[in-house]
Amino acid sequence: MGAANLSTSSLMNMNSIETAATAMKSCWSCKGPVGLSALFCSTCSAVQGPAAVTHFQRLGVEYSFDVDVQALDQLYFDLQRQLHPDRFASCTSKEKALSQQQATALNDAYEILKDPLRRADYMVHVQGIDVLPEGCNLVHDQSILIEAMEMRERLESVEAVADLNVIAKQSKAAIEKVIAQLSTVFKDGDVEAACKLTTRLKYLHKMMGEVRHVRARLMS
Amino acid sequence: MVQVLQIMEPGQTPDHQEGETDFAIGIDLGTTNSVVAVSTNNAVEVLKDEDGEALVPSIVAYAPDGSAMVGELAKRLLLMRPDSVVSSIKRLMGRGPKDLKSLGGQLPFDLASGGENDGQLVRLNVGNQVLTPIEISADILRALQARAEDHLGGVVKKAVITVPAYFDDAQRTATKDAARLAGLEVLRLVNEPTAAALAYGLDKDAEGLYAVYDLGGGTFDVSLLRMQKGVFQVLATGGDAALGGDDFDHAIADHFLAERKAKFGDVELSSSDVKLALMTGRLAKECLTGVEDGEWSLTIGDQVSQHSLSRETFDGLIASDVNRTVKICHEVLTEAGFDPEDIKGVVLVGGSTRVPSVRQAVADYFGTDPLADIDPDQVVAVGAALQAEALTTGSDTLLLDITPLSLGLETMGGLVEKVIMRNTPIPVAKAQEFTTFKDGQSAMAIHVVQGEREMVDQNRSLARFNLTGIPAMAAGAAHIRVTFQVDADGLLTVSASEETSGIEQQVEVKPSYGLSEEEMSQMLYDSMANAKGDMELRLLGEARVEAERAMNAVTSALQADCKLLSVEEREAIGEKMDALHHIIKGDDRDAINTAAEALDAATQDFAEKRMDKGIRDALTGVEVSALSD
Repeated sequence: MGAANLSTSSLMNMNSIETAATAMKSCWSCKGPVGLSALFCSTCSAVQGPAAVTHFQRLGVEYSFDVDVQALDQLYFDLQRQLHPDRFASCTSKEKALSQQQATALNDAYEILKDPLRRADYMVHVQGIDVLPEGCNLVHDQSILIEAMEMRERLESVEAVADLNVIAKQSKAAIEKVIAQLSTVFKDGDVEAACKLTTRLKYLHKMMGEVRHVRARLMS
Repeated sequence: MVQVLQIMEPGQTPDHQEGETDFAIGIDLGTTNSVVAVSTNNAVEVLKDEDGEALVPSIVAYAPDGSAMVGELAKRLLLMRPDSVVSSIKRLMGRGPKDLKSLGGQLPFDLASGGENDGQLVRLNVGNQVLTPIEISADILRALQARAEDHLGGVVKKAVITVPAYFDDAQRTATKDAARLAGLEVLRLVNEPTAAALAYGLDKDAEGLYAVYDLGGGTFDVSLLRMQKGVFQVLATGGDAALGGDDFDHAIADHFLAERKAKFGDVELSSSDVKLALMTGRLAKECLTGVEDGEWSLTIGDQVSQHSLSRETFDGLIASDVNRTVKICHEVLTEAGFDPEDIKGVVLVGGSTRVPSVRQAVADYFGTDPLADIDPDQVVAVGAALQAEALTTGSDTLLLDITPLSLGLETMGGLVEKVIMRNTPIPVAKAQEFTTFKDGQSAMAIHVVQGEREMVDQNRSLARFNLTGIPAMAAGAAHIRVTFQVDADGLLTVSASEETSGIEQQVEVKPSYGLSEEEMSQMLYDSMANAKGDMELRLLGEARVEAERAMNAVTSALQADCKLLSVEEREAIGEKMDALHHIIKGDDRDAINTAAEALDAATQDFAEKRMDKGIRDALTGVEVSALSD
């Protein structure tokens, strides 16, 4: 019993030691220790490269589908204020390059998190499933396909802007509903449902794009 | 988990060398006119000539000995010596011969032979020289640099240069190359509308959604920006890189030439006749801003013709161009998901926004009177100067710009696969995977294009390169990863790698209509006897910045951890610090680098001790928490 206990605790210790050692790297500039996800060296203030973290961690928001976009904007602006290449225009080329990598990573995270569709796609992806661009070969949900086909048929036969506006309004309402549903299923941890809803959201977005095309055609 | 931010003082600008003045200027390099400005403590001065004129006509006259004369004087020579004077050169930046627009079967430029092939840079016969648009633009930049140096009483080596937001990679690269030829370091290429917004935003504490309508001599841009507390976030941009006030001149010139033709029949026009017609068109356009109608005469050969033109007729001549700009505004708004009512204000930029029907069209579409209280001809230079100061002395202002055009690759059947969509915030990096389509395929041609159309040949070709040495595999087995990276200047770098074999190739995208590295060196060599000296100075500057960075880092490390060192060790490091500190005051780049390396070597043990201590400290934390569990 005692021996087993000892080995478990020393194993735990080993893990902790490894974590402690790997949570730290050497600063490229002053060569001292610096935290893996630190933006700047706490000793010499040199900018560090982007850490391997999730988009949520990068922007400092809680992992959740319900992102407060205004708060996200502020976090993103605050981070870009510190890391954007404009802040490093008179620095060494190494600092310029690192700041470019940091700003690139921030832009990537921001673009994905601010948009519900891309956010849902990313969250489903993080949980291990790729919702492919067309979605259909993954989600065997006839109802989504049928809905998409019907919508397309309606779009093709549209002749007046008024009819188009009806379709646009319906699609918009459907998008809002799907986003609300996504919020619930992500909270419940129902990945399969999230996957289906994300696929449906993609179709609806595509539909809105086509509505724009048809509108341009009808107007001209 | 919320990330813990460890923030000290990011991105501190290294101190300048004592006694060295280091001005950074803002340059609006325009199609018709250029402007240079400088900002000190957020107060901008637009630099003027003795006559109080801020605008420098973007016109270059070449003397028989090859020397260049820029601005008002060159403008006066345009009609007297048309063969050796060039105007509107910005329209040819990053362009091939096929892009040129002809008028009456004649180009207002005299193309040199040998440049007609696709994929080649335009070359012009000017006087007795053959010049590229890049060299001609460099001459304009030199004149602006000289004006700034006269005003500031010091050497000017750094600049922010503005480009139309809708400029593609080839045009941006050409602009940067021109600056390099002129011996100017480009701190940043800033989009013209963004610069204009900066000038307005800082001046007026503007908050909310703004549109910038920028109709210059040769380009049209519209940008949608969100402004709040020093943040300028560009949301969407659109435009036409070949639509501007020049087209209004063209329209009038065409109209007058048609009237002449009706009167005198078909007469063959020379390139200087075309220049004259265009200048007359321009004069008429400018007059019609103030008056309702007027009459102009055109002398070609010995035939004189009179042409009357009313503003109404003029409005009709340019209506399709003006409508096109409004349509582009509408597309940009719609795509970004906004209506005209959402826009709090519209900023007017560019001399062509003085045309009454343009102003009216903008007011009608957005339903608000546009803002023009900063001179539309100067507002871009003002913004550029503010940004130049911000980049050299630090600032809280943040410009977040986007890429104006989608970037993609040619795939099977001449189709484009987009890798980076337009309106994506920059800097950005995106990768896409491709595979081989034949068994044993050992190479893959990579063709980089820019634009929104589906077919390759409808977009602008930026570069072609081959990824070679792919190991023999079955079709579809290779994983070729192509990465696109766009920096904060909006310039693209493309790299490709084969994942299974690790073969990697990186190309700086040299646009088809750009200069090769050899051409650039040759031009630098030809154009400046002191080019080598310039290069040496730049390298010296870089060595100093790097040495200062290293000294700051060691100073910080010593402050934090000096107790890890013995007195002797501390002294040894101090000695190297002193040496480096002394040497960077001199001009010997090699000596600076050597001293910096010596400092680095002297601090190796220290660095190891600090890492050991860091890990020890972290472990102590773990042990304490493990015990408390």
